[in-house]
Amino acid sequence: MAIATEQDILDGLAEIIDEIVGIDKSEVTPEKNFIEDLDIDSLSMVEIAVAAQDQFGVEIPDDELRNLKTVKDVVNFVQNLQQQG
Amino acid sequence: MSTSPTTVVVTGLGATTPLGGDVPSTWSALLAGKSGVRNLDWEGVEELPVRFAAQLAVDPAESIPRAQLRRLDRSQAIALIAAREAWQDAGFAPPVKRAKSGKAAEAAPGEGFVVDGDRLGVVVSSGIGGLHTALNSYDVYKEKGWTRVSPFTVPMLMPNGASGHVGIEFGATAGSHALVSACASSGEAVGYAIDMIRAGRADVVICGGTESCIHPLQMASFGSMRAMSTRNDEPQRASRPYDKNRDGFVLGEGAAVMILESEEHARARGATVHAVAAGCGYSNDAYDIVLPDPSGSGQAKAMLRALDDAGLRPEDIVHVNAHATSTPAGDVAELASIRAALGPVAEKLTVTATKSMTGHLLGGAGALESVITILSLREGLVPAVANLEDMDDEVDLDIVRGEPRTIPAGPAAALNNSFGFGGHNVSVAFRRAV
Repeated sequence: MAIATEQDILDGLAEIIDEIVGIDKSEVTPEKNFIEDLDIDSLSMVEIAVAAQDQFGVEIPDDELRNLKTVKDVVNFVQNLQQQG
Repeated sequence: MSTSPTTVVVTGLGATTPLGGDVPSTWSALLAGKSGVRNLDWEGVEELPVRFAAQLAVDPAESIPRAQLRRLDRSQAIALIAAREAWQDAGFAPPVKRAKSGKAAEAAPGEGFVVDGDRLGVVVSSGIGGLHTALNSYDVYKEKGWTRVSPFTVPMLMPNGASGHVGIEFGATAGSHALVSACASSGEAVGYAIDMIRAGRADVVICGGTESCIHPLQMASFGSMRAMSTRNDEPQRASRPYDKNRDGFVLGEGAAVMILESEEHARARGATVHAVAAGCGYSNDAYDIVLPDPSGSGQAKAMLRALDDAGLRPEDIVHVNAHATSTPAGDVAELASIRAALGPVAEKLTVTATKSMTGHLLGGAGALESVITILSLREGLVPAVANLEDMDDEVDLDIVRGEPRTIPAGPAAALNNSFGFGGHNVSVAFRRAV
């Protein structure tokens, strides 16, 4: 899989969030906190993480998922793993 | 009249059914004698013994956004749709959404009466629960493994899920309940709601039932019981209670919800009262897990207990909305039970069978038929039984056929019967609001 740019990951994540919890893509910006700002609950985060794993070809272990509080956290996490190859 | 100091009234009605996406469209279709039964178009349907059912007239996706539907079983989605209609019909303010983060809710509700959540209960039943979810999730598991199974599978398949979702939407913190008693489930939900208000646990209760289980497994398993009509060449004529050529029930899906309220609460806010939810009677056959007791004594007891609970006399009952599922034995046995319970005055009342047009909504049936009973009293009009071409010789009560029948103005009461696998018998009594 080609390494995605930060913008590609952000766009892909926004699409997943729109599909799973129905939040408009324009709302999904890097600084947004999933719980505080986007009102996404923990079960939905599990669904989003599984979809993100499929889309970006990376593993997001449950232990790591707990630390991913904002959109930017996920984008950075995916990008780091992709770069490690 | 009633021995209870608290009179319970019905102030809101909602439904989504095989005949329409709301109460007015369902009611007008019933009066017009329309059928909600359709051919199933599934792949492999030709392998099934029954290839038709009464599916919803309106897809829930028309009113619930896709993302919300992902986490609702179809039976839960339609319960929410019916509850929203009932809520609006009652004149209550739209609910205020609470954020998961625990942030304070946005104030400024819209037009309407604001209900105190601690005085608001919910009782929404389902007989089967989230069957589609259970089976579809198992397919996902087998094909893709456990990590791809939706984390919402458990709340989507549990039969109390609909009650939970309705409670969340409207902030009903007095209590949320889901009585599971097969095809008597939502008759019991109405009875439980009456009791919650009488006991002082709530002023307002959202109550009803839902079912959506038109799935090949249900067609196969009811088919293997030989319980369903196999009139595959004429599906719209398959549900024909009291007709000589009836051969079983037709599976239906849908949801119906009522707003019950103490009369005091309803009058204080100037609500429109559709009817009085006068009382409810229950019994258990304790005979067989699926067969009704052939003596009919359990069914008669439920009706007598409903009269007693409602403070009504047999001669007050002008109409019975029968359970009548179109099975050869069940329909006429129920008529004998009505006669046993009410005595000679049974000959003066009218009987109808809603399932002739809606099919059998299982856990949704008691609530939908309660809504229809309430409308019959309010409008003074009883829908006719559809497909009743050649009356069974054993029928000896006044079945409404051909055209809807009027109920004259003035005091009137009616019973709505629901009986379920397991031996459950429930009869709900409604009185015309005067």
